[in-house]
Amino acid sequence: MRTLYKFHGGIRPQSNKSQSTQNGIVRTTLPSHLVIPFQQHAGEAAKPIVQVGEYVLKGQLIGIPEGFISSAIHAPTSGIIAALEAQIIAHPSGLTDLCATLLPDGKDEWITHEKTEYLSNTPEQLRQKLRMAGVVGQGGATFPSDVKLKLGMHKVKTLILNGAECEPYITCDDMLMRERASEIVRGAEILCFILAAEEVIIAIEDNKPEAITAMRTAVSGSSKVFEVVEIPTIYPGGGVKQLIKVLTDLEVPSGKLPAEIGVQCFNVATAHSAWRAIAYGEPLLSRIVTVTGNVRRPQNFEALIGTPINELVAHAEELPGANGYIMGGPMMGMRLPSKSVPLVKASNCIIVSSEKLFPPALPALPCIRCTRCSEVCPVNLQPQDLYWFAKAKEFGKAQTFSLFDCIECGACSYVCPSHIPLVQYYRFAKSEIRVRTQEKHSADRARERHEFREYRIEREKQEKAEKLAAKEKAALAAKELEAKSTESVQHEAELHKE
Amino acid sequence: MLNALLVMAGVAIVLGAILGYSAIKFRVEGNPLVDKIDAVLPQTQCGQCGFPGCKPYATAIAAGEAEINKCPPGGEEGIQKLAELLGVDPVPFGVETRPRDKSVAYIDESTCIGCTLCIQACPVDAIVGAAKQMHTIIAAECTGCELCVAPCPVDCIEMQLITEKISNWKWRYPVYSMDMVQ
Repeated sequence: MRTLYKFHGGIRPQSNKSQSTQNGIVRTTLPSHLVIPFQQHAGEAAKPIVQVGEYVLKGQLIGIPEGFISSAIHAPTSGIIAALEAQIIAHPSGLTDLCATLLPDGKDEWITHEKTEYLSNTPEQLRQKLRMAGVVGQGGATFPSDVKLKLGMHKVKTLILNGAECEPYITCDDMLMRERASEIVRGAEILCFILAAEEVIIAIEDNKPEAITAMRTAVSGSSKVFEVVEIPTIYPGGGVKQLIKVLTDLEVPSGKLPAEIGVQCFNVATAHSAWRAIAYGEPLLSRIVTVTGNVRRPQNFEALIGTPINELVAHAEELPGANGYIMGGPMMGMRLPSKSVPLVKASNCIIVSSEKLFPPALPALPCIRCTRCSEVCPVNLQPQDLYWFAKAKEFGKAQTFSLFDCIECGACSYVCPSHIPLVQYYRFAKSEIRVRTQEKHSADRARERHEFREYRIEREKQEKAEKLAAKEKAALAAKELEAKSTESVQHEAELHKE
Repeated sequence: MLNALLVMAGVAIVLGAILGYSAIKFRVEGNPLVDKIDAVLPQTQCGQCGFPGCKPYATAIAAGEAEINKCPPGGEEGIQKLAELLGVDPVPFGVETRPRDKSVAYIDESTCIGCTLCIQACPVDAIVGAAKQMHTIIAAECTGCELCVAPCPVDCIEMQLITEKISNWKWRYPVYSMDMVQ
């Protein structure tokens, strides 16, 4: 039995998970059309390699990764690329981004893809395969998995599979673990092989007994050192740094990555798609998504990436009174700018909201400095101070108070008796600081370039002057020589005369 | 009495020597104030301040020859920062100098005749091209100074506003409508 530790703070909101776990995962039928954004992952967007009007097969590569942190994008079914244009995507800004529209032909015809035995590949080959299969973290941050598997200077000792799923309403990982436990374990074996990790811990919150049993059964047949650990249900216990603290008592230092202390963490769904990608050659084309909230049949679906969310929600039947969709959980999720935005690799949950489920926020009152927020902050920050600095736009101070360690979990806003939308202030301050840093950087570059230009102009001037001087000197010397030679000719002539 | 005087004199000589030595040894090259002011300026090198670049303007401010409200690209915030740095009161912008939205130059490549005049005008070498060859802007390096627009004999350069995209989108300052508060 592993000794478990505690992280600071945390809250226990109502879980609201049982509604969507009554039935198994249902595969959705083909939607009328698919909209596939080229930026579904952290890092650089993928570069489109298809033309409008082109016929593509299921699993065909349509966007190639560009840059070190990037991932591939594939056609989720066979059909015709009807458009390549900017469309509204699931982003808090409500802005548009480049997407491919795919009209399915209904055949769902696969491109040739081959099964491979992972042990016959080198870790580097496997990493490349995951990159080209578009496998990214499916816990919400969608960080390309191959980058996390790159062995740097740091030796990863412990591989953690994150099945905590701490946020209310979301049950996609729970259902995946219940139904596809062995595939998750196989995927974890691959990840463990690439990292050459010594132990694998599968962490699941104790409010998912069925998933724990399923995973325990699945690991019993594995040759690797697996351990399924039941962790207490405290939000945000599924946060990477919090989870590492609970399992190992190690704290990831500020501004550092878990790998730097010898731990790497993957979501269970990521392990599952890594297995499909390596063993079957299937790129990441679909994901499990919870549809819950104000719907008649809340449950989990396996839906194709690019499915318009309103078509997905229709399978669960929206109830009257719905006033919008939330992607992600109620704590960290975002309100979708439109009901028809496409499902992306990050979409773990769609909550159909209604006034009854999520009453409008009460007006914010002044901060009374009760410090309840700092009691629940899982990162041990002083949220009331950060709020103060962000509100006054004192960004430098906010940074010295470790604003960037904030994981935006929303625990502080949840307990705030003054209903202050604290996280919104932190997000505002963070993006403002990011932009300023960028501006400073480009100003420095501009200064450097300007100074170099001045120097170059000066140098060119000097070189010209030097050349001119040299020319003049040469001309003078030539003249002298000429004078001398005429002199000598004259002299000779005189001699002749004599 | 004499001893005390000697001791004090000795201490004064030793300390004076140390001070004198360090004044030579740790002498700061250039005017640090100019560099500090220059660091605040946005480095567009646009010359809207009436000086041929950000550094000359910084030098003029440091010498007390220029006001701190002559830099439109720096915006109100730039004035605020300069005022803080120099310990003076912020001065609002004049009527003629107003900050504009950020933009980037764009060359209509089909009209460009390859005269290289814009290349010579660009203060940060953000235009590539050669004589009788089409020119183009390196957008990432363009400071939006507009100095290339005027010299173009065929008017093929235009300033394009930088629009909000997902990649440069910022979270807004939280504001609430009044009816919600009521």
